[in-house]
Amino acid sequence: MLKPAAAIAGQVVLYGAFAAFIGFFATNPKYSQIPDDVAVVRVSFSHLGERDCRKRTPEELAKLPPNMRAPMDCPRERSDIKFELDIDDKNYVKHVLYPTGLYKDGISTMYRRIELKAGTYKFTARMQDNTKLEGWRFEKEETIDLKPLQNLVIDFHPDKGGLFFK
Amino acid sequence: MSLDTALRTTVKVPFQRCEEFFDQFFGGAHNPLRHLGAMGLYLLWIIVGSGIYLYIVIDTGVQQVYNSIGDITRDQWYFGGILRSLHRYASDAFMLVMGLHLLREWAFGRYTGFRFYSWVTGVPLIWLAFASGIGGYWIVWDQVAQFSAISTTELLDWLPIFSEPAVRNFLTTESINDRFFTLLVFIHIGLPILLLAALWAHVHRISHVDHLPSKPLMQGTAGALLALSLLQPAVSEAPANLAAIPADTRLDWFILFLHPLTDLTSPAFVWTLLCALTVLLFALPFLSEHRAAPVAVVDPANCNGCARCQADCPYAAVVMAPHPARPGYKIAVVDESLCASCGICAGACPSSTPFRSQERLITGIDMPQLPVDALRAALENKLAALTGHTRVVVFGCDHGAAAAELESANTATLPMICAGMLPPSFVEYALRAGADGVMIASCRQGACAYRLGDRWTQARLAREREPRLRTKVPDQRIEIVYASANDGKLLHHALINFKARLATMPDAAQEIQPYLRRTAHHA
Repeated sequence: MLKPAAAIAGQVVLYGAFAAFIGFFATNPKYSQIPDDVAVVRVSFSHLGERDCRKRTPEELAKLPPNMRAPMDCPRERSDIKFELDIDDKNYVKHVLYPTGLYKDGISTMYRRIELKAGTYKFTARMQDNTKLEGWRFEKEETIDLKPLQNLVIDFHPDKGGLFFK
Repeated sequence: MSLDTALRTTVKVPFQRCEEFFDQFFGGAHNPLRHLGAMGLYLLWIIVGSGIYLYIVIDTGVQQVYNSIGDITRDQWYFGGILRSLHRYASDAFMLVMGLHLLREWAFGRYTGFRFYSWVTGVPLIWLAFASGIGGYWIVWDQVAQFSAISTTELLDWLPIFSEPAVRNFLTTESINDRFFTLLVFIHIGLPILLLAALWAHVHRISHVDHLPSKPLMQGTAGALLALSLLQPAVSEAPANLAAIPADTRLDWFILFLHPLTDLTSPAFVWTLLCALTVLLFALPFLSEHRAAPVAVVDPANCNGCARCQADCPYAAVVMAPHPARPGYKIAVVDESLCASCGICAGACPSSTPFRSQERLITGIDMPQLPVDALRAALENKLAALTGHTRVVVFGCDHGAAAAELESANTATLPMICAGMLPPSFVEYALRAGADGVMIASCRQGACAYRLGDRWTQARLAREREPRLRTKVPDQRIEIVYASANDGKLLHHALINFKARLATMPDAAQEIQPYLRRTAHHA
């Protein structure tokens, strides 16, 4: 070991280097997840597909005990959900969401992240939560001016009119 | 040389050189690189202590959480602000120390055999530490928190474990409510408590655990972190705004480096990497070519149940049990799975004295690969062959400097598994049987391959620990040299200086009564 004065000086330098190393990498170098002129579109929703219900015939109802004569016969399984997203008429997302759960009776969810250059785009989202039906049950079209670093969310909420852009 | 050994050597050599460089300034006892585990625990206590205060003052409302942390940074910069900075920087230092600790133990081959348990229980600690650290950053709810929360949940969502994507919790400002931060704070407290429990498991198979580093090391580390906290206080970034993507984030690279890595690659790559690394760490002990050395053996007839071997064993491999043949007495029992085969127990045994008259020296606890009887026989033979003045016996350590290279007409060298294996009575025996001086070449202080060999040797020879060197043995004829495998020259020079000192002294026979076992009255 060195003489006390030299050892203390060395310790000061080494403790200083330790602090400088911690201090630098605790906040540096800066990190940008996306370039400054890019915006992010997050498409996500969580929704239960429709059940394929059928109206019971009077004969079927008569066969049931009186306390179980529900007019509709709804299976436990949920429908798949179809979803599409076009941006400036170009398809970006075309996806079929399957219900979760062993009995396919759970929620269908999705999450997509799309990076776009800032600018004005026409967004068209379509969703059908009963694949036995033709066409689209929910549709939303909107032209949006995406600002740099903007985070645009495309979500679905039945109580808010279905698909919405935020 | 196998690939594993070659890889480890490429890390071990520079690591050892760094340690030895640090020794110049800190000395072995205060060298941070030699006490990384204890440093980690110390840093954890700083994190816990500062965290308790932050927990008291934090308000867990969505808006309030950011403001309350900002307030203590601004208005209480002299106390709360410093504690916040200490909390952050100690966490970063903890990650650094944990990484170095892992690297060092691997490079030095300390992950297999009797160290298997400590290694394997250390692996979950890494996950717990990172989970605690990442969660802690979210609580601030600034732009770094926003970035980390979204990146982490996107990463987690790659795994099929959630019924709903976890990232949906961070889609819009309305997605988050006050309860989220309350939950987060409890998770941030719960995980470190789990970490502490896991740390207990990590060290509970070793004895004399360094729960804290030395006082000077603690003071120096605290001083460095305090200076950093004053010069560059930890501050929040702009508040989180889920309507925008944070630009130019000041990222903590010690804890949050996984997020850029995920951006650069993919969640699939990162999970594969993390799982592969974890499996590799768990599998390393099984992949090693380690060959277990013979473990310590107890001789019931010579074990008097004094428990000194139990007190000195660095790995808690010796326990005391009722003696099978002597009612009321105890006997040492060696747990083979824990025994490091270091021989420190043989050095601690009072029966390991070469002055005993038996032709064959059988001690209470001994090493089959180097019994004390063989050590005594080798010592006697080498002493008989020594010629000239300043005859020196050098007891070397297999893990330290190569003592065998010092062998000459007036220098006898005796290798040992560890310097801690040397019973102090052997030093007296050598001096009374013809040596002018005895040199013990131990590993550098704090660098013993078996943790405590250097410490026990020094304490026994300083008469501070049983078995003590007898007081009539002149201290000036004993030299302990702390020399690593790289310190061949240092050991050589130490021997030259020791011999020069001995040359100025009278004959050993004038200071200590000569003794020769074969002609002694009781032989």
